[in-house]
Amino acid sequence: MTDTTMDSVNTLFRPGTSDKEIEAAALKAIAARKRTVLFWQVTILVAIVAIWEIGARTGFIDPFFYASPSAIGSRLYEWATEGTTEGSLWFNLGVTMEEALIGFFTGSIAGIVVGVGLGQNKLLSDILSVYIKAINSIPRVVLAPIFIMIMGLGLASKVALAFIMVFFVVFANAFQGVREADRDMIANARILGASDWKVTREVIIPSAMSWIFASLHVSFSFAIIGAIVGEFVGARYGIGQLISIAKGTFDAAGMFAAIVLVMLVTLVAEYLMTLVENRLAKWRPQQSLDTH
Amino acid sequence: MSDRQTNPPAIELINITRRFVSPTGKSLTAIRDFNMTVERGEFVAVVGPTGCGKSTTLNLVTGLARPSAGEVRLMGAPVNGIDPRVGFAFQKDALFPWKNVIENVMAGPLFRGRSKAEAEKMAKDWLARVGLSKFLHHYPHQLSGGMRKRVSLAQTFINEPEILLMDEPFSALDVQTRTVMHEELLKLWAERQASVVFVTHDLEEAVALADKVYVLTAGPATVKSVYTIDLPRPRVVSEIRYEQGFIDYCKTIWEDLRQEVETSYRRASEAA
Repeated sequence: MTDTTMDSVNTLFRPGTSDKEIEAAALKAIAARKRTVLFWQVTILVAIVAIWEIGARTGFIDPFFYASPSAIGSRLYEWATEGTTEGSLWFNLGVTMEEALIGFFTGSIAGIVVGVGLGQNKLLSDILSVYIKAINSIPRVVLAPIFIMIMGLGLASKVALAFIMVFFVVFANAFQGVREADRDMIANARILGASDWKVTREVIIPSAMSWIFASLHVSFSFAIIGAIVGEFVGARYGIGQLISIAKGTFDAAGMFAAIVLVMLVTLVAEYLMTLVENRLAKWRPQQSLDTH
Repeated sequence: MSDRQTNPPAIELINITRRFVSPTGKSLTAIRDFNMTVERGEFVAVVGPTGCGKSTTLNLVTGLARPSAGEVRLMGAPVNGIDPRVGFAFQKDALFPWKNVIENVMAGPLFRGRSKAEAEKMAKDWLARVGLSKFLHHYPHQLSGGMRKRVSLAQTFINEPEILLMDEPFSALDVQTRTVMHEELLKLWAERQASVVFVTHDLEEAVALADKVYVLTAGPATVKSVYTIDLPRPRVVSEIRYEQGFIDYCKTIWEDLRQEVETSYRRASEAA
């Protein structure tokens, strides 16, 4: 964004051009650039879909393995109107979302609490760091079979997997955010009269917040991954189960349809999160230039 | 002597030594056998070569750090933790960037348990005094360096500290803004009659503001000499620098300080 403003300001104007005219020209340039970006974004999408569709119809791409956009579209339509083999599409989507959201919220809250707590306790974090590193080095998905064995095919095992995936990302960032909190700012709060709890709440957590938010963006997709992988390994309902069944019946369109669905859900969640973040971080410089 | 007992000095540092021990076990003495007395309502400036331990002395008075040996007394009583009568002005910005101007200034009273309405009233009053009534809802990043410094001063003064510690508070400002801030500080100080310890590396700033100037040695810091600045008050900082008395003080103290600065540079170049 800064580049645009530079460009439009750097344009040469004839002497005698008023500020109003320069501003109008700058606004025009910004709008034109936005249109160019949007145009190419749409064009690329259309091109990919078109090539895929044409390739599938001419036999250049094997539709048995790669399906085709029209087949995916009609499968989504069929699922939405008539339901899937495992019941209504919305029910299945709801199951996956429930697992992911519970995992996401509990995981991020636990991550923030533990990260902020350990970040302030040097001794405890030195002692525990070796265990945290050890647990962190386990690829999370290998825990799926264990969770399913312990907690069964239902909600709990998927939530546990989503939780563990979210927890470590948020924890690591919250911990680092606390460590980066400005020493002078903390000293300032103490001398102004803040208690330990006030220092944590009003100085340390807000300054770790940008770190925490950076992790929340990634960790929502991690929560979805946790839920879906859990469903792959063993479940009765959910998007992961739909993909698993589609795989079993060599239904490529079904697999891609499920992927598109998850992609849309994650994009919407990401968008909502950015809205919340911009709301909370209105004190940060240059927020107005953000255009997600 | 009886007067001393009923009305002890604001700050006493008695034979203070402060050592730092690095994680590898090496010890470094920042201050050695340090003695200083600040009377009530007195404005003391501390000058010395960079890195000699000036800031460390202030941290000992706040209670954020403890001396390795010796005693720190405030108003006659030993320091035990952070004292509510102390205010601190930081070298760099220590404002809370996620709070707007008025919330930053309200922080002190709120931390100390005042009601929100009360804190807001006090904050508005202090912001009017530093000329920022029109910027109550701006965030720190939207203000200039000088304005942020004013907010910091309001934030510190709102707690009405009896002891004010300042760690090179104006060193990041441009020369003109700095002179303005000097005037404002002297005005606020004259109203409140707080005891001030003002640490700086700028000798002219020290002479212009203070009643007494302490010259420290190159580290480990100890007091080399103390000068009483007998210039009349109220002082106009922008004009005082052209007066003969001011120039004489600066010359004398600089002669003294220069040796320490040279020692400090020599050591730094030898170490490198």
